[in-house]
Amino acid sequence: MSSVFTLLLKRETRLLFRRPAELANPLVFFAIVIALFPLAVGPESQLLQTISPGLVWVAALLAVLLSLDGLFRSDFEDGSLEQWVVSPHPLALLVLAKVLAHWAFSGLALVLLAPLLGLMLGLPLGAMPVLLLSLLLGTPILSLLGAVGAALTVGLKRGGLLLALLILPLYIPVLILGSGALQAALQGLPAIGHLLWLASLTALAVTLTPFAIAAGLKISVGE
Amino acid sequence: MNWTWFHKLGSPKWFYEISGRWLPWLAWAAAILVSVGVVWGLAFAPEDYQQGNSFRIIYIHVPAAFLAQSVYVMLAVAGVVGLVWKMKLADVALQQAAPIGAWMTFIALLTGAVWGKPTWGAWWVWDARLTSMLILLFLYFGVIALGQAISNRDSAAKACAVLAIVGVVNIPIIKYSVEWWNTLHQPATFKVTEKPAMPMEMWLPLLVMVLGFYCFFAAVLLMRMRLDVLRRESRASWVKSEIKSLVGKSA
Amino acid sequence: MNFSSFADFVAMGNHGVYVWTSYGISLAVLILNVALPILARRRYLQDEARRLRREELK
Repeated sequence: MSSVFTLLLKRETRLLFRRPAELANPLVFFAIVIALFPLAVGPESQLLQTISPGLVWVAALLAVLLSLDGLFRSDFEDGSLEQWVVSPHPLALLVLAKVLAHWAFSGLALVLLAPLLGLMLGLPLGAMPVLLLSLLLGTPILSLLGAVGAALTVGLKRGGLLLALLILPLYIPVLILGSGALQAALQGLPAIGHLLWLASLTALAVTLTPFAIAAGLKISVGE
Repeated sequence: MNWTWFHKLGSPKWFYEISGRWLPWLAWAAAILVSVGVVWGLAFAPEDYQQGNSFRIIYIHVPAAFLAQSVYVMLAVAGVVGLVWKMKLADVALQQAAPIGAWMTFIALLTGAVWGKPTWGAWWVWDARLTSMLILLFLYFGVIALGQAISNRDSAAKACAVLAIVGVVNIPIIKYSVEWWNTLHQPATFKVTEKPAMPMEMWLPLLVMVLGFYCFFAAVLLMRMRLDVLRRESRASWVKSEIKSLVGKSA
Repeated sequence: MNFSSFADFVAMGNHGVYVWTSYGISLAVLILNVALPILARRRYLQDEARRLRREELK
């Protein structure tokens, strides 16, 4: 069982490295969205600092969503998804490996890029650990929940906008907790409560969403 | 326990017959309860000592909000039934209930916003309840949009079922996080819908309205489901004879 | 009766606009929800009648 898991992780890693542009695109998107805001609201550092928690989180959320649109598409088109569905291994485990591999490259890269952009928005260095931790705990939830939407819309021709419509409302708790943690850190308050909540949501997402993703894929493949 | 009624529910023909018998009763109950509730709430209930007469909006806002939330739970229940027991009628119920739920959410939002103007002095306040209602509206839009985007009827119903179940698991999390976010950002303003103690003359019409709204939902849902059953089962012989008799009556 | 006159009832103590717009729009939405399925049913039956007539002619 676990060997299938690691095999799949390796396969996904290799596939992701063959198309580095797909890995870079969400990161560039993330940076551009962040850069748009000072241009829109003005370069005043005090204002930027107050809105930076929400800004970083909204941008991260959109970047993850954007990267998820094609998560299952190539597997759907070349028929490997069908193989997964009929394979004797539990589909939930396979999709968990797939999503984790995807997160390990796109989500983690996002987390690593975030402090740089945070600095540009005037986020103090003291808030960096909280920024890193909250994104580290929050982005897996974003990837997993988004994968549910991606699984449901994979068979549709223009699923991208629909995916956003389905999934963005479900992202709201993560957004609230993540930016809340950052805001608390900015005000010098302890953010541990938020982070613990985020961690428990991550645990919940890791255990429950693979089944929803698997159900969604079965429906999309069966069509 | 006897489960025959449950299996009978799976038969569209049986559903069509029994719902035809229930529909007039439900429609009348809804009409009577809602009109009694409206007149009672508008004209006879005492005015609120803080908010005056604007408080009468509660008689629409609260029933609509109740219904909006319970319809979404119903979507998920229908989704589970449809996925587990492959019951076609549950698919029909899910797809037909979603637009009604969305309309109810719209009513709750609109009346909340109008109510907010005299109470808070603004049309829209990011109050916890209104915000979660807005998110609920987005969740409904998601279910409706997904159902319309998938052309195959059966997979559309299944996909909507999965989405509704995921949504229902998320609703408590969303609700609590929004409430918590709200208390964080604007400490305890007074809440319109939470009274320490509502006198009986105030909540009795509210109860009538809530019951009326539920009957209204049931009646409209049955009407929509009956039409959808006729469409889906148009090849069955009982539908053909039913349509012939209906057409003969109207012609 | 909570109001002394009909004018009082309409005015709702300066909140008439809010109360009546919310009741009005809500009532319109409720009626719309009833009317749409009825109209859809009528249209469906008309289509079916036309189809049946065409089949009889054949």
